Amino acid sequence: MMPDLSVEIAGIRMRNPVMTASGTFGYGPEYADLVDLNELGAVVVKGICLNPTKGNPTPRTAETASGLLNAIGLPGPGVEGFVRDYMPFLRRYDVPVIVNIWGKTVEEYAEVAARLDRVPGIAGLEVNVSCPNIKEGSAMFGTDLLMFERVVTAIRAATKLPLIPKLAPNVADIGEFARCAEASGADAISLINSFPGMAVDIRTRGFKLANKTGGLTGPAIKPIALRLVWLAAKAVRIPVIGMGGIVTAQDALEFMMVGARAVAVGTATFVNPDTAIQVIQGIRDFFVEQGIRTVYEWVGSLRDE
Amino acid sequence: MQIELATVHQHIPIQGGYYLLVMLAPDIAPCVRPGQFIHVKVPHLEECLLRRPFSVFWTEGERLAILYKDVGRGTRTLQYLKPGESLSILGPLGRGFPDPDPGRFPVIVAGGYGMAALYMTARSAPTKGIAFFGGRSAKDILCVGEFEAQGWSVQITTEDGSLGRKGIVTDALDDWWVASGRQVRPELFACGPGGMLKAVAQRALERGWEAWTSVDNNMGCGVGACLTCVLKVRGDNGWSWARACREGPVFNVRDVLWEEVE
Ligand SMILES: Cc1cc2nc3c(=O)[nH]c(=O)nc-3n(C[C@H](O)[C@H](O)[C@H](O)COP(=O)(O)OP(=O)(O)OC[C@H]3O[C@@H](n4cnc5c(N)ncnc54)[C@H](O)[C@@H]3O)c2cc1C
Ligand SMILES: Cc1cc2nc3c(=O)[nH]c(=O)nc-3n(C[C@H](O)[C@H](O)[C@H](O)COP(=O)(O)O)c2cc1C
Ligand code: FES
Repeated sequence: MMPDLSVEIAGIRMRNPVMTASGTFGYGPEYADLVDLNELGAVVVKGICLNPTKGNPTPRTAETASGLLNAIGLPGPGVEGFVRDYMPFLRRYDVPVIVNIWGKTVEEYAEVAARLDRVPGIAGLEVNVSCPNIKEGSAMFGTDLLMFERVVTAIRAATKLPLIPKLAPNVADIGEFARCAEASGADAISLINSFPGMAVDIRTRGFKLANKTGGLTGPAIKPIALRLVWLAAKAVRIPVIGMGGIVTAQDALEFMMVGARAVAVGTATFVNPDTAIQVIQGIRDFFVEQGIRTVYEWVGSLRDE
Repeated sequence: MQIELATVHQHIPIQGGYYLLVMLAPDIAPCVRPGQFIHVKVPHLEECLLRRPFSVFWTEGERLAILYKDVGRGTRTLQYLKPGESLSILGPLGRGFPDPDPGRFPVIVAGGYGMAALYMTARSAPTKGIAFFGGRSAKDILCVGEFEAQGWSVQITTEDGSLGRKGIVTDALDDWWVASGRQVRPELFACGPGGMLKAVAQRALERGWEAWTSVDNNMGCGVGACLTCVLKVRGDNGWSWARACREGPVFNVRDVLWEEVE
């Protein structure tokens, strides 16, 4: 019997538990020649904020051992540009579209959420909190619990769409942030975002990224991500979306076994554009082999006495 | 644009750290236009995640060739690939060179392996013109015979004077322009290091030449999703970013903000 891979997250019904990670799949059209969007669990688009942004100077990425360091700096068309230029394309597909949002202030986050609330074809919002609050100094939305609570609360008040805060990994107690998201009205959480890092060049004695520091992603961060997903899933009742270094179905199954109801594939898509499709197929094959009928049977099945 | 598992057909060192890799790629090879590139996953290089971009040197039926220079871990590891082995390639990618304007005199300017991006244009151009090849030394001057066989007149400059005239490629270009009596209407097709392209662009803009340049910015995804490969182009309010992998790698010289190119 074919296993049922469908899952429901925050009221979003997905045909399988594998989505794209924000910022690694563009807005959809970039990979549409290579990947049938309708085969994905969900498409998560690159982060959108209120107004068009240009992002950081170059170089913006540097390869590291089994990882990728990026400081792209969130360039984007702004909320109006996104809705005008990309939503008509995305609406042609039968796949949930989750829009990743960010802001420079609490008010901006709420404003972006409010504007997207009325747009047809959006299944949910994922909130990127890994950026600094320019209004209130250097506090990061994702690492300062009070700021985090304020931003999630403000977005909750601004939208009826399913709300998925995306946790930053560089905090002392991930459970605290997970619980805070749940208490502030989140319908699910996703993690992890990239891990802060840097790379330098001994010949030029300079930084490899124009921004000096960046976020590390890819297989290099998988063990870190796995632990944080495990801890976060234990801390809350709302569903968890796990990501960080997923390349194979085995990686995805590990994240699900420690408590993630769905997973996202990021950096690996740059290497092999059809990674998410391969992961879906691999999960199906494994479930068939193991006689597992639904995703729910597998999620959280880690032996953890 | 497709992903294909290509098979190595031929792999030969040419000279001084440059290699010719010919592969069988029946899906991708017939679709390549001059100036497009492929994104190669280097086999046996697990800790380096990203693919490496290479211009398509030429295609013939199901065969596709790249010409690469050993500059780092990826290109060093690529050298071990043997005929019969397979490698994953993604392509054809980017917007290549336009068809030469029949009303203009075609001029090619190539620095080092930049000639690889230009050979398909040289081959398909209905009128053959002049090609300027530049490099640090004789070993950086590649495939002159191939261009000549296509009917191009090739002029060589090397910085150390070990082949052709001593100097940089734009010196030869300037002399040719003066010798021609500034009467021709050239269309330039250029590929090489940023500094060279900048010098070529400056001349093209000053003299009102039509000119196309292929840039080799560092790349991540190669398909327009990661926004790694961007460069500044003229836009409505000053400037905007263009993705070398999608809007490029070939740009009209008038569109690029050359003062920002390093
Ligand atoms: C559109 C395009 C077409 C190209 N065509 C060719 C070609 O036909 N033949 C060829 O030999 N090379 C070509 N290149 C450059 C080639 O992609 C790089 O040389 C290669 O990625 C280096 O990989 P590596 O792992 O050996 O070096 P790495 O270990 O990644 O880097 C070694 C050194 O090379 C520099 N480098 C890395 N990538 C690039 C890059 N993209 N451009 C300039 N410097 C770089 C690094 O800064 C470093 O100093 C092209 C690049 C682009 C973007
Ligand atoms: C180039 C790049 C751009 C990214 N952009 C965003 C973004 O706009 N918003 C966001 O929330 N996360 C962004 N991320 C983080 C990813 O969504 C994901 O959380 C992270 O890459 C970990 O997964 P991975 O190891 O599978 O890539 C980006 C990651 C990369 C590599
Ligand atoms: S290399 Fe990713 S956008 Fe160009």
